Amino acid sequence: MASTSLLQRFKARAPGKQERREWLQGYLFASPFIIGFVVFTAYPILYALYLAFHSWDLLSPPNFVGFDNFVRLFTEPNAKLSLYNTAFYTIFAVPIQIVISFVLALALSQKLRLRVLYRAGFYMPIIVPLVASAVVWQRVFHPEYGILNETLGWFGITPQAWLFDSELAKPAFIFMSFWMIGRQMVIFIAGLGNIPESLLEAASIDGAGPLRRLWTVVVPLMTPLILFNTVIAVINSFQIFIPALIMTEGGPENATLFSVLYIYRQGFEFFNMGYAAALAWELFVLVIGFTIAQFYLSRRWVYYEN
Amino acid sequence: MQTDSPFDSRTVSTKRSLSRRALLDQIWLIVLEIIMILLVISFLVPTLWMISSSLKVSNEIFATPITWIPQDPQWSNYVRIFEILPLMRFIYNTVFVVLLAVVGTVISSALVAYAFARLRWPGRETWFALLLATIMLPEVITLVPRFVLFRNFGWIDTFLPLIIPYWTATTAIYVFLMRQFFRGIPMELEDAALIDGASRLRVLLQIILPLSKPVIATVAVFALIQHYNDFVNPLIYINSQDNWTLALAVRAYNDTYVSNWELVFAASTVMLIPVVILFIIAQRYFVQGITTTGFGGR
Repeated sequence: MASTSLLQRFKARAPGKQERREWLQGYLFASPFIIGFVVFTAYPILYALYLAFHSWDLLSPPNFVGFDNFVRLFTEPNAKLSLYNTAFYTIFAVPIQIVISFVLALALSQKLRLRVLYRAGFYMPIIVPLVASAVVWQRVFHPEYGILNETLGWFGITPQAWLFDSELAKPAFIFMSFWMIGRQMVIFIAGLGNIPESLLEAASIDGAGPLRRLWTVVVPLMTPLILFNTVIAVINSFQIFIPALIMTEGGPENATLFSVLYIYRQGFEFFNMGYAAALAWELFVLVIGFTIAQFYLSRRWVYYEN
Repeated sequence: MQTDSPFDSRTVSTKRSLSRRALLDQIWLIVLEIIMILLVISFLVPTLWMISSSLKVSNEIFATPITWIPQDPQWSNYVRIFEILPLMRFIYNTVFVVLLAVVGTVISSALVAYAFARLRWPGRETWFALLLATIMLPEVITLVPRFVLFRNFGWIDTFLPLIIPYWTATTAIYVFLMRQFFRGIPMELEDAALIDGASRLRVLLQIILPLSKPVIATVAVFALIQHYNDFVNPLIYINSQDNWTLALAVRAYNDTYVSNWELVFAASTVMLIPVVILFIIAQRYFVQGITTTGFGGR
């Protein structure tokens, strides 16, 4: 027996003709991704790093400036402000999005008659082109003719200036983001559907009421999905751009000047390619850092079976 | 049947409390149903308001209280948006770009997914890990360098930056979705064909893909929405009006006709209608796609 296993091992080490053909085929079939990854992802990331150490207006050749761009992004008020705005938006938008989508998913997991219709309705905003959403919400928030103020008026709330008020503009964007939680909700619904009925029954027999079952059985089992939705939502929120570009152009008083909008401006309006690349690298490192930190911290609160 | 035995009275009271609980459950469900109806309506309100206002005269949009059904539907708003900008041209551009990008996505994702699902080659796990890592990659990092790259290629103000990258299976979730599906197809079918001397490509085309229609549909639907709704890439790579896509056009109406809400809303509605139709037809593919990958839509 020992000799055959040795023989097999030897065979495994020296690839046969057949095997080498499969290797080649593997690389051939995967080549679109390999080429695309190198050309459109890996190279641009490194090239951005190169640009970040240069000053370049696209016309004259790039000029090496050392750490100037990085010094600038730590000192320039607008760079700091855009980061603050982005962090503010993310810190408030993401947790509330998670809670809303989770509660909606819980509700849609009950035996409701029009469940499928609700699911479609809550999901629909996600497929509306973001440009169209931005154009509409810009007007939903309109101080005079917007439907938000009109609706709030029914409850006796005085009209607000929303996107024209530097105090309320960011909250308005956060509010708008609650409208687009359909994807997270569908994921939670799927997860809730996978919770074994027997576990809930067992908890019931032990005398746990609905809230206690929710807190001690459902939520722990859902923590992996909560982590997933949070990670993705944080990545997306850090990169909020289109609504700000269309609805406020960063105003009022730069209250909605978010990071990507500022990078876009530096790069494509002022043609400070080097500085834009440095800003992008800063955001890149922050987002990846946050993502890693979330996975690291998740060990403390995410429940994994086995 | 009533007795004084404590045992029986207990059963009766349990029964009573049971039926009371059932009643409470019923009431709770009805309350929940009403809350959900109100909530879903409020989710739909911005879109419905947009569609309804697109058929009004300006004065009616600005009137309070809101009229949900336009008093005198102004279909002419839709005629006007086609007159003030070459909207037909933008629709044509969008169809062209979206079709080529979607076809490229499906073909390249299928090839790559097959390599990850069925072929054994050194480095496979590493490349697959890299592919999955791109899901978490903040796209902002490639914004500036890709522009420089495509500028060097001479691709600025052409459709190429909106199409070519998607022929390289760049969207990891689509490859992942297809790979998962391919792995579920029995090996035996494939082995038999290979023994008969069929090439790998033929196996993929004639055995795997015909069995994979649901996953192809899911990927195609998601890619369609993604490219149709794409705003950032056209914004950066397209300059001349002749090459605008619908997304850029909607922004242009918004910038130029700020106070003519009905025109902006009409243009947005024109852009919205195809996605809504697609969503209604293909809803199950959306749900399948999201629940397997956790992504989709945006």
